[in-house]
Amino acid sequence: MPSPAYSLVDEVGTRPGRDTVLGAVIRWTFITVSLVFLAALLFAPLATVIAMALSKGIGAYLATFFDPDTRAAIRLTLTTALVVVPINTIFGFAAGWAIAKFEFRGKSFLITLIDLPLAVSPVISGMIYVLLFGLQGWFGRFLQDHDISIIFALPGIILATMFVTFPYVARELIPLMQQLGNDEEEAAITLGAGGWITFFRVTLPKVRWGLLYGIILSNARAMGEFGAVSVVSGHIRGLTNTMPLHIEILYNEYNFVGAFAVASLLMMLAIATLVVKTFVERTGYRRR
Amino acid sequence: MKPWRQPSVLPGFGLTFGFTTLFLSGIVLLPLAALVLETASMPWSEFLHVITDPRAIGSYRLSFGASLLAASINAVFGFIIAWTLVRYDFPGRKMIDALIDMPFALPTAVSGIALTSVFASNGWIGRYLEPLGIKVAYTWIGVTVALTLIGMPFVVRSVQPALQEVQRDLEDAAETLGAGRFYIFRRIILPTVLPALLTGFTLAFARAVGEYGSVIFISGNLPMRTEITPLLIVIRLEEFDYRGAAALGFVMLVISFVMLLAINLLQAWGRRRHVAVGH
Repeated sequence: MPSPAYSLVDEVGTRPGRDTVLGAVIRWTFITVSLVFLAALLFAPLATVIAMALSKGIGAYLATFFDPDTRAAIRLTLTTALVVVPINTIFGFAAGWAIAKFEFRGKSFLITLIDLPLAVSPVISGMIYVLLFGLQGWFGRFLQDHDISIIFALPGIILATMFVTFPYVARELIPLMQQLGNDEEEAAITLGAGGWITFFRVTLPKVRWGLLYGIILSNARAMGEFGAVSVVSGHIRGLTNTMPLHIEILYNEYNFVGAFAVASLLMMLAIATLVVKTFVERTGYRRR
Repeated sequence: MKPWRQPSVLPGFGLTFGFTTLFLSGIVLLPLAALVLETASMPWSEFLHVITDPRAIGSYRLSFGASLLAASINAVFGFIIAWTLVRYDFPGRKMIDALIDMPFALPTAVSGIALTSVFASNGWIGRYLEPLGIKVAYTWIGVTVALTLIGMPFVVRSVQPALQEVQRDLEDAAETLGAGRFYIFRRIILPTVLPALLTGFTLAFARAVGEYGSVIFISGNLPMRTEITPLLIVIRLEEFDYRGAAALGFVMLVISFVMLLAINLLQAWGRRRHVAVGH
């Protein structure tokens, strides 16, 4: 069969009825409706964050970040992400290796269980730890007697954040490792490489883009989580306030410049996340 | 009997499988079981009393009503946005495509305070709606707006790949044979895209029902009027009424699992249709 000599653009141009007046009207109506919808719901709120943060000038904006409570909130958010994201990454690799490299019964059930936290309301994600470790929770007396604080303290914040970000790395790595297959790993093992060597030299380079993708999404959620952390944190200023919780306190105190200044930092994080995500997708790694 | 696991030359099954199940149990399954057991330890009458309290009923009505409305709005506008991004080229298309995921990446507290200030009576959009008698912030409309924002990417990202799958040849053939635009849409495009659209709708709905952060700033939080169920759970927890909170949480958990089941069935249906269409 001879291949068509004309290009794709020509072909589109000669499609029947593509350039009628009605077609143009429909096209511009769709584009306008899309842009107006997104402008009202997405672009206006994003722009308002910047406008509100700078409404009293750049000095007032920067002054927010010299406030010790704000600094403590930033530090706590970074600490939480630094603990949670690596643990989720290790879990993602363990789950990926077990599920993608081996055939066993109950596999799809296991995958469903790993995705479970995505279906749970953030408030419930925090509450379950309060039921376990809160003052009147199951282990409340025991923890109090031994002077261990989990709820209204850092461990509770880390646990709740770990719950909500639990599937993020795993759900990128599992399908990717399944799709890439085991041939190279089997070859490496057969030729005498150890398990760890095989993992670091063969598997890790193969899945690097999926790994980066999972890590940035997990990090964005870990730093931005509000509902789950709000339930377990106790909102102690300078101690158990993460950045999103600090935004709430400043906002409720009518310190709008401060609230939107902290919000602008998290918005920059979100934009950075999307930039990296788009970059990873350009390398050919696509969400399934 | 078939062995539980098939043999493999690769090492590390015990270590990775053990770690996966242990970690999953400790972080996810045991805490969720605590919620179920806490509810199960309540007498039936008390459970019924807590979940049918007028304030609870009022919160379900708002949470489910606003989520349903928001998911429906997204089904319409999400489809239009997905169509625009897949079929048309215009300046800034790639950038807008990347920004669709913003509600996923943006912390909910940020979208909450930002939406509130845009739709408040002196806000950029609120000031034009107020003279028309439309109050958005601190009403159920505001709740719906917030839930629409956080559900939007689910519909767009579900519909986009399905629209790319629609065979343009079929559309051209239909057009050559004299079919009108609406007929082509109804008979060729909609059947291909419908499972994806329903999946996106359900995902957006499921996410909206549990949403907390982006809603509580714009909702005003009046009991019976603008109080969502997740907020009522937080209030019960702050009163140290753990059982009351657990009972409400249990109701929401059951609903989430029903939604999860619905999503899985819809996706299976979509795959079957996909095969039946004959790609």
